Amino acid sequence: MPKLKINDQDVEVSPGTSILQAAEQIGVEIPRFCYHDKLSVPANCRMCLVELQGAPKPVASCAMAAGDNMVVYTHSDKVKKARNGVMEMLLINHPLDCPICDQGGECDLQDQAVAYGFDRSRYHEHKRAVPDKNLGPLIKTVMTRCINCTRCVRFGEEIAGVETLGQLNRGEDAEIGTFIETAVNTELSGNMVDVCPVGALTSKPYAFKARPWELKKTETIDIHDGLGCNIRVDSRGSEVMRILPRLNESINEEWIDDRTRYAYDGLKKNRLDRPYVRDAKTKVLRESTWEEALSVTASALTSTPPAQMAAFAGDLVDVESALALKDLMASMGCSNVECRVDGAMFDPSVKAGYVMNSTLEGVERADLIILVGVNPRHEAALLNARIRRNWLDRRVKVVLVGASAELTYPYTHAGTAPKDVVKLAQDYAGKAKYPMMIVGAGVFKRPDAMALHALLKDTAEKIGCLSDDWNGFNVLHMAAGRVGALEIGFYPPQPLAIEQMSCVYLLGTDNPETISRISKQAFVIYQGHHGGAGAARADVILPGSAYTEKNAIYMNTEGRPQMARKAVDAPGQAREDWKIIRALSGYRGAPLRYDDLSQIRARLMREYPQFDLMDEVSIGSWDKFGMSGNVLDQSFHVTVEDFYQTNIITQASDTLRECSRVFTRGETPLAEAAE
Amino acid sequence: MTNFLNSFLLVEIVKGMMLTLKYMFFVPRVTINYPYEKGPLSVRFRGEHALRRYPNGEERCIACKLCEAICPAQAITIEAEPREDGSRRTTRYDIDMTKCIYCGLCQEACPVDAIVEGPNFEYATETREELFYNKQKLLDNGDRWEAQIASNLAADALYR
Repeated sequence: MPKLKINDQDVEVSPGTSILQAAEQIGVEIPRFCYHDKLSVPANCRMCLVELQGAPKPVASCAMAAGDNMVVYTHSDKVKKARNGVMEMLLINHPLDCPICDQGGECDLQDQAVAYGFDRSRYHEHKRAVPDKNLGPLIKTVMTRCINCTRCVRFGEEIAGVETLGQLNRGEDAEIGTFIETAVNTELSGNMVDVCPVGALTSKPYAFKARPWELKKTETIDIHDGLGCNIRVDSRGSEVMRILPRLNESINEEWIDDRTRYAYDGLKKNRLDRPYVRDAKTKVLRESTWEEALSVTASALTSTPPAQMAAFAGDLVDVESALALKDLMASMGCSNVECRVDGAMFDPSVKAGYVMNSTLEGVERADLIILVGVNPRHEAALLNARIRRNWLDRRVKVVLVGASAELTYPYTHAGTAPKDVVKLAQDYAGKAKYPMMIVGAGVFKRPDAMALHALLKDTAEKIGCLSDDWNGFNVLHMAAGRVGALEIGFYPPQPLAIEQMSCVYLLGTDNPETISRISKQAFVIYQGHHGGAGAARADVILPGSAYTEKNAIYMNTEGRPQMARKAVDAPGQAREDWKIIRALSGYRGAPLRYDDLSQIRARLMREYPQFDLMDEVSIGSWDKFGMSGNVLDQSFHVTVEDFYQTNIITQASDTLRECSRVFTRGETPLAEAAE
Repeated sequence: MTNFLNSFLLVEIVKGMMLTLKYMFFVPRVTINYPYEKGPLSVRFRGEHALRRYPNGEERCIACKLCEAICPAQAITIEAEPREDGSRRTTRYDIDMTKCIYCGLCQEACPVDAIVEGPNFEYATETREELFYNKQKLLDNGDRWEAQIASNLAADALYR
């Protein structure tokens, strides 16, 4: 454990810690551009120079490991002079266009130029200019602003696993670029904008829209995949202007995928902002009032026998509204509730059977990763990034059973059907200490789901996924609302015969697997925030709120409850979802026993204490699940065909539709086609 | 006795009338016949706002939003997006002249001398709504007063 002195302050750090990190531990700030916590250390910006006693010249603190008895000064005159010089050199070629730069106000170079630079320029020669690169529909480039810190290059190589960007040429001609003009095709490309310390890479959809100081920042949770990434929603008035990641080492570290980051324009389009009722004569949906819509709904629910009613909670449903809906159905003596709306009929009776038991941090411990019917790159891009890091650090062995996929690390393709999983059990039994099996929830979309679930459980046990301190059986869900709804028991005792239901309540359910099975005569109530398949089939539409518009709890695929916070108001007459259900119960004459959010949360936590431990994973005990039976010899299908179009919000988003065109289907970008 | 004489002979009144007569006939006139005559204005006078253009007709404002940020009365509202040619321009530039306190900080903050407080102070309106200026109104002001604004800025440039 090296002990050193920084600015006459003693500090003891673990071996291998750099001086910069050691200084950070005692709260001494050292300016930096190229150094980033999550990336490798190139030490090329030279901004972090410090004075090291005994060294003839200032040293780069990001690359110099802390050693015993070092004496470091971070704010001496020599250091200040060195920083001044570095700053002046960086600004030689940096244009003075802060007023039109989107990074203005949150720019590292701007801040550090004020803090450590001169107040005027001595440089009078011509500045160099670098041609801009076309990096696709998400990243806007102004390469003249680039200070060649190579953070984006390292991010691409180390985290995203795409080597599209690189440093070209040398000296005065050095620039960042793609070798052949191409878009940066990775689902994590938005993070390059975040790591860029200057305005060279900025967000194209957000271009010139707002300034950081005029935005209201709300820390909340994402719902576009099952991981529950921590995000910050920046809004102005009633408009979401952009979405940024928030640091959470256990889930998303400091990255988010492009679907999470750029889906926000879908929140403004195709919204259900007022109630609709289908006209009895014309059979067309017409605008209505809350009074009419709720009384029509209440009378439909009252007039239907409980056995012919069913309620569905969709992919993006929060826990409170699912609970309110379950309570509403229970008050009518109906237990026909179902949250597995995508048709993945796995066994929900044991928690350990449907969550990610190893947790996301567990990926780093795993020494064998078996992917079953899942493409982690599309279903949970940040899980994929973790697997890639494990592969980079320790060359972990990855085995895939299912449709082959383009992953960012090499893997062994061991077949496509359940029988190949059985074979795996023989091949890898006892080979690894911490084997991890990741099953995509989508594999259960088949008639033999229960038998398959039991088979996967047996396989996991044979491979050795279960030990005293390790549970390597993991189910990866795509839907953010699924685990929360399962935890509150939002599933029926027997699979529902949806075709026979005469009154169906769809809470944010647009999945074709469910909608297509509803009978033509059934009365359909749709409660949700976007117009889609569910709203098109509905007889009554109750407008609800999207994830940025309500305070709600979501449980991620690990079984970790997290709190989403309201950033903006819902549009028009739309209301928070649990409130709609509560109001509806009043129209039925049997109001639910909670009037505000704290009461429904108290109700939730009383019955389901796992929600009381916010942000903590409560471990489920291992038990028997699934049902023994014949497993069909049928290949696992691909769950996510198009990464950019997975739910109703992304389908409404122009940005993501464009991404889908360019990246998934390989067509020319609209902007270029117009030229 | 002196007091008695002073009050009896109306000395105070005579003195006062002398002053009146002096200003009536012997001192140059200072009142002016506004609105036909106007008093002098400093080149730094802060009057009605205007958005200026470059000589080639291109609007100067680049939507940096510094004026909006610095405005102590929060009278300025700006929205922006890329124009067809990719340059950064406002789609909306509103000043609520009823909120404005004429401090001139917007003019100080502007990096391109786009928003200025011009020499015009005669823009009283009959309704409140007419004082909610939009971008078109401000640009029109700029076009109307450009000659004088430019000469004022040039005259003051030495002292900045």
